[in-house]
Amino acid sequence: MEIIIDNKKIEVDKGKTVLEAAKENGIVIPTLCHSSFLEDVGACRMCLIEDLADGKLKTSCTTEVKEGMEVLTKSERVEDSRRTILDLLISDHPLDCMTCEAGGNCILQDLAYHYGIERSSYGAKVERRFEIERNNEFIELDPDKCILCGKCIRVDQDIQCSDAIDFVDRGFQTKVGAANDEGLGGEDSTCVFCGQCVELCPTGALSYIPSQNKGREYDFEKTVTTCPYCGVGCQLELKTRDRKVIEVGSVYREGTPNPYGEACVKGRFGYDFINHPDRLKKPLIKRNGSFEEAEWEEALSMVAERLTEIKDEYGGRALAGLSSAKCTNEENYLMQKFMRAVIGTNSVDHCARLCHASTVAGLVKAFGSGAMTNSIAEIEGSDVIFVIGSNPTENHPVIGSKMKKAQKQGTKLIVADPRQIELSSLAEVAIQHRPGTDVALLNGLIHVIIDEGLADQKFIEERTENYEYLASVVEDYTPEKVEEITGVEAVKIKKAARLYAEADKAAIYFAMGITQHRTGTDNVLSVANLALLTGNVGRESTGVNPLRGQNNVQGACDLGALSNVYPGYQSVEDPEIKEKFARAWETEELSEEVGLTVVEIFKQAGKEIKGLYIIGENPVISDPDQRHIEESLDKLDFLVVEDIFLTETAKFADVVLPAACFAEKEGTFTNTERRIQKVNQAIEPPGEARADWKIISEISTRMGYQMNYDSPAEIMAEIAEVTPIYGGIYADRLGDKGLQWPCKDREDPGTKFLHQGEFARGKGKFHPVTYIPPAEEVDEEYDFIMMTGRMLYHFHTGTMTRNSEPIDKHEPDAYLEINEKDAKKLRIKEGDRVRVTSRRGEVETNVRIGERVQPGQIFMPFHYAESPANRLTNPVLDQDAKIPELKVTAVKIEKVKSNKI
Amino acid sequence: MAVIKLSALDHIFEKYEEKKGNLIPVLHDIQEEIGYLPVEVQRYASKKLGVAMSKIYGVISFYSFFTTEPKGEHTIGVCMGTACYVKGAEDILNRLKEELEIETGQTTADNKFTMTVTRCLGTCSMAPVIMIDEQVHGNLTAAKIPEVINKY
Ligand code: SF4
Ligand code: SF4
Ligand code: SF4
Ligand code: FES
Repeated sequence: MEIIIDNKKIEVDKGKTVLEAAKENGIVIPTLCHSSFLEDVGACRMCLIEDLADGKLKTSCTTEVKEGMEVLTKSERVEDSRRTILDLLISDHPLDCMTCEAGGNCILQDLAYHYGIERSSYGAKVERRFEIERNNEFIELDPDKCILCGKCIRVDQDIQCSDAIDFVDRGFQTKVGAANDEGLGGEDSTCVFCGQCVELCPTGALSYIPSQNKGREYDFEKTVTTCPYCGVGCQLELKTRDRKVIEVGSVYREGTPNPYGEACVKGRFGYDFINHPDRLKKPLIKRNGSFEEAEWEEALSMVAERLTEIKDEYGGRALAGLSSAKCTNEENYLMQKFMRAVIGTNSVDHCARLCHASTVAGLVKAFGSGAMTNSIAEIEGSDVIFVIGSNPTENHPVIGSKMKKAQKQGTKLIVADPRQIELSSLAEVAIQHRPGTDVALLNGLIHVIIDEGLADQKFIEERTENYEYLASVVEDYTPEKVEEITGVEAVKIKKAARLYAEADKAAIYFAMGITQHRTGTDNVLSVANLALLTGNVGRESTGVNPLRGQNNVQGACDLGALSNVYPGYQSVEDPEIKEKFARAWETEELSEEVGLTVVEIFKQAGKEIKGLYIIGENPVISDPDQRHIEESLDKLDFLVVEDIFLTETAKFADVVLPAACFAEKEGTFTNTERRIQKVNQAIEPPGEARADWKIISEISTRMGYQMNYDSPAEIMAEIAEVTPIYGGIYADRLGDKGLQWPCKDREDPGTKFLHQGEFARGKGKFHPVTYIPPAEEVDEEYDFIMMTGRMLYHFHTGTMTRNSEPIDKHEPDAYLEINEKDAKKLRIKEGDRVRVTSRRGEVETNVRIGERVQPGQIFMPFHYAESPANRLTNPVLDQDAKIPELKVTAVKIEKVKSNKI
Repeated sequence: MAVIKLSALDHIFEKYEEKKGNLIPVLHDIQEEIGYLPVEVQRYASKKLGVAMSKIYGVISFYSFFTTEPKGEHTIGVCMGTACYVKGAEDILNRLKEELEIETGQTTADNKFTMTVTRCLGTCSMAPVIMIDEQVHGNLTAAKIPEVINKY
């Protein structure tokens, strides 16, 4: 339709607001309470326009366009009104722009400047009316600077979905407040410090504590890059000054995993590690048991010589490499290329073995591809979301928020987790099954669906195979029998089965709760069975969606940092494929024998394996059975570790090489939804630290195999040549929002969801599985089941988050969660110190009592070097994927010391 | 503070079907029943209704009817209307604070009185006045205060 704005005719779509129409046509209307992705409330009245039809002043953000409408955006009446509003706002606003954090980044200041309001004609605010709130490490609220636009509240409630803040009190006393008016850090506050409210605040009312007095917006250089923490792959803006990261801002960009500038506390505040004084700045060589700084030349030559010696003496198979899910795609590619083409072994693996190896094994069997089938943006479109063995609000927080948002909009949640997680409280059906009984539970659901005729027969016939066999295997798994195994009431099992099967679009999301078992692959197969049975694959907002833990664990797998596949999941055992790589890499070293996996490498240390090259991994903390790992490292003839800190693992090394971190290099990460996104350099590495891709190239070249890459882009071009699923991935094509593989060639726009029309393997295949109990069960001595996992504030082995001051201050201590009933029995109180012992070791930690875990179970996060949960865990392996059973360990608990407070 | 048995409030939640939208009537009925809305009760309501604690506080602080402090047996309202103010309401208030050893909004240790200030009570001819429960006491002076409160 046509409307007239400021005497200019404009074509505009129905349903738009006048503000949007104006913006599309380059007409600027000032706003304070509007944001393009939040519901408009018309609170500030800055966006007034004059409607010539009735002569009224209207708020353009809430006025829809009407055919033939004629409005003025800058008439005298409009401008006078705006001036009056500003005048009033400023009369109640402290005039301390001189010292305000928001100076230069404040809409109120800009408008006052624009309208020439030096001081208010209604008088000035001389005295504070409120107290400044800062009872946390992250965010300060100064209600005196608040103009009550409500943007913070809307983003908190509608995008982040934490419901942490709201307007409190009334009249002149109205302000933004958290629960009980105790501030964001208060006892009942549900704030998770994502910072999205701060980003949207038009004034200095909300500000970041860690960056106070460290610079203003105009002092910063800004670099958009990809978050180095979890697999969501949020786009973030690093604000830097004098080679330091000072603050992390939001990026608002359609088509990214976080289009509304979402982030979590790790991405937002976990950057101190970058400029930490303990960063490695020079190579270290161990001499007589202690490290000495060395020049690069000497360190690199030493590494090249020692690796060559071992290779010459014992053969390439005596060496192994651990690549890193933290490093870029290009670096992972080079690492596996180096191990395969130069060393001549397939023993290159990485920590994905400990998280999602079973996913890849299982989904490849069932579908032909091991990745998340659908995309993050599709979450909102699902009718039912089934979350099993995944705690998104802590481990993939931005995805967690999207699920909460979907739930608010009508999506039904089914949540199955031994613990009562945050999503459980929002679930239509919340299931707490016994740890390690997932197969039984899933078979139970499948049984009910078949039994009640809810299966998608057409899909089964047309697109799957092996259904009959599945039907026969699950016949035994009646809801009643499953109740016995899992502890979940039969009625609940039925309810969940119906809800999932009857939905038009149902999606499954899972993570380590499914994979980290000795039956991990079976668990994944069961999940796939369920989706195939109901036709919930190959369509938008459905699918089987493993959530990948680390920023680039997807990419590290994609690019062959796995002992059985070349880049793009091409089998090392296939002679044709070997031939292809031999030609592409111009090498004769390639082996047809599957290499050793992470856990096997440590088992063979000192035996088959003499030398180990580790990049950016910390197995001493992350791997099961810590004592065993330490002994293994001791037994090696030669260990080289490349990392950003002298980690617990690096301490065992003969040579330590200082690496650049994500903020200091170029490259790409692949997020959990298969999206390859750019990593952009914001600052120079500290001291002499270098990017991993440069270090690997140097070592390789010194060993006689030339690697002369000028840039990661050049490496990516080589990847595209040899990796069909990355065939169209070139640095110059990634643009603002990256590309999702499979992407065959330069014309291919990438793939939003997999298996449309046809599965990667042709037909989807049912793999019936029977329930096998976990390897360890409770007995008289070890009478608790321990589960391990992550928590919101820390990440993996803590190398990064524990070196980020505000985060570590907020969550400094390791802990275990125990049910209140057990606590009573053991006479332990909140904060008491206890000893947890398994058949392999013991650790001490603090107690947190609650209802999150069920009686007989405890939960322990594994991030803490001082209380390493993995000293206890069981390295018993899944037979297919070689993933250890990290989720179920029998332990006992004894009190050591009472909490004095 | 007396211990409140939370499950004793369940009938109220049942009456309103544990629906989010019924937050205000639920809080209202709870306060009618136990006199005030302490934090534990807010937490319970938050869990039962699935409403955030921030929202509950927002509602409680918005409506002056709601209180998070326990109410005494008698409520004293000190009129702060213009007439009373001019005639010395402030002295009355200060004397009450002294006698009862509490601030406005608080309740005496023996749980007998809760003191609040009110807007004009419409009995300006008797200013300054206070209202105890439904009873208006007029033409007061600070000196008369002990006598008035001793009647209760
Ligand atoms: S930091 Fe995030 S969770 Fe906390 S109040 Fe702001 S938007 Fe809500
Ligand atoms: S704190 Fe900032 S965003 Fe929130 S209402 Fe006040 S001015 Fe608006
Ligand atoms: S840790 Fe994950 S959710 Fe948090 S900001 Fe980084 S990518 Fe986003
Ligand atoms: S922007 Fe329209 S009323 Fe605030």
